[in-house]
Amino acid sequence: MSDVKIEEKIKEAGLPILEDEKTGAQQWFDVRELRLKYIISVEKTKQFFEGLKQGKLLATKCKNCGRIFFPPQVDCPSCLRSDIEWIELKGEGTIETLTVIFVKPPSFNHFDPYTVAIARLDEGPRILAWLRGDPKKIKPNQRVKVKVSRREKEEYLIYELIPV
Amino acid sequence: MSEKVAIVGAGHSKFGTRRDVNIPELCWESMRPAFESANLEPKDIDFFVVGNAGIWSSEAAIPSLMAEYADLAPKGSMRVEAACASGSAAIKVGYSTIISGEADIVLALGIEKMQESPNPNVIELIGRFGSYFWEFENFGLTFPGYYAMYGTSYMFKYGAKEEDFALVAVKNHYYGAKNPLAQFQKEIDVETVMKSPYIAWPFKLFDCSPITDGSACVILASESKVKELGIDEKVWIISQGVGTGTANLSRREDFTTLPSARYAAEMAYKRAKIDLDNPVKYLDGANVHDCFTAPEIIAYEDLRFCKRGEGVEWIREQQTYIGGKIPVNIDGGLKAKGHPIGATGVSMAVEAYKQLLQKAEKGRQADINKGVWLTHNVGGTGHFTYVTIYSLSKGVVI
Repeated sequence: MSDVKIEEKIKEAGLPILEDEKTGAQQWFDVRELRLKYIISVEKTKQFFEGLKQGKLLATKCKNCGRIFFPPQVDCPSCLRSDIEWIELKGEGTIETLTVIFVKPPSFNHFDPYTVAIARLDEGPRILAWLRGDPKKIKPNQRVKVKVSRREKEEYLIYELIPV
Repeated sequence: MSEKVAIVGAGHSKFGTRRDVNIPELCWESMRPAFESANLEPKDIDFFVVGNAGIWSSEAAIPSLMAEYADLAPKGSMRVEAACASGSAAIKVGYSTIISGEADIVLALGIEKMQESPNPNVIELIGRFGSYFWEFENFGLTFPGYYAMYGTSYMFKYGAKEEDFALVAVKNHYYGAKNPLAQFQKEIDVETVMKSPYIAWPFKLFDCSPITDGSACVILASESKVKELGIDEKVWIISQGVGTGTANLSRREDFTTLPSARYAAEMAYKRAKIDLDNPVKYLDGANVHDCFTAPEIIAYEDLRFCKRGEGVEWIREQQTYIGGKIPVNIDGGLKAKGHPIGATGVSMAVEAYKQLLQKAEKGRQADINKGVWLTHNVGGTGHFTYVTIYSLSKGVVI
């Protein structure tokens, strides 16, 4: 229901109550609106974002046991240590699965339908990202490489998968 | 410690677009028949628990709201959230509370009123039920999108076709048409599914469960209470297994199976002393989490009804219709009955109660020979899985 219609109804009848178009049942249209935007700390993973600025895909590696984490995490549950190093991933791998998002969340409505894929990187970890190109041409085990660039329409740096 | 826990009362609202009721009215719609079938009153309840994911609806403190509306104050309560498995999580709390000896009678309610928000907002909010930052914020995943990647992988690995997935929708609509409480009560064919628009390839509109308003309620009682009250109509909870999966799908190794579901199933089977190699032999039927079509096929495999990769054969051969190897989702499933997230797990328990006590409607009553029913309720994309086994007797006998 449009805000204008609700405001008109309040003016006319003194209440934000309108009939449901399909069922005719009486509905109160909320007069309170909430906009949600979170503030997420990247302090401990700031190197990852520094890497993006240089076109690199970074992961973390536990200095003690050698376990590699992507998405990066700074605490190793295998050895209960938080002594990690940042390593660059080559960014080459193989497609394992994909989907094409036709019905988008409203916050992604400014994009055309987009392909999301999961690839297994040669170093072991998997990566989920948008896949460039025609999804119909993708066969199982298609090789891809990761590319960092400013995403069109939003201008912030993010990684995507490019078939090779 | 109580030895056993039984469902002694069950109620179920009409699922669908419920513009005719507000949240407490929708809750009461399933609570009243639960009280009536148990022959109990609100004052008899020792503790109550509400499964509700919320965020799209107006009321956050539903336990308190219902304490006020249904005279349950000042009894203890809580709200639990495990995404689409919130209802089973509520049953777990009720079951554990009785087993621990803290309460004799617990009411478990599942409720979701998803249509208090416009559809696009709900699509946005459900898409966030994964890893918010690494999946939603930067890549705009939607809920159909997450599971579609499982569908694609299953097609890649086992050669399943979109038409095979459609067969799940056809079956569940067939039974939904026989369930007066289902959101959709119309049979469909493969063509209906194939002609519907893509939501997240390979899933089309008719591969997806709908956005639903609904509530379901069960009243649980300890064995001693069952004896004391002389309750005849009851279904025992034999065992429950719970598993958890990673938030990020990219932290998983295989997209044709949910490890949380396999773990939960094994735990539930072991506790019920069911043979892991042939659970079907012990069961009269099951409700599995068909939030989309492909996940129902994957559920057959995760629950060990058949081998990995054979699920697609099962749906082609109609093995999960009444008369097949094991009837599955003969209430319409999430697909046709509807999927009010917090209510779904409790709705499955209500269906187990109805099936085992042979109270299901004509045309969708399974043959009850073994007296055992299974429910498989998945929260998120395998982020949480609850497998629960219900029985007419206090153990599984074969």
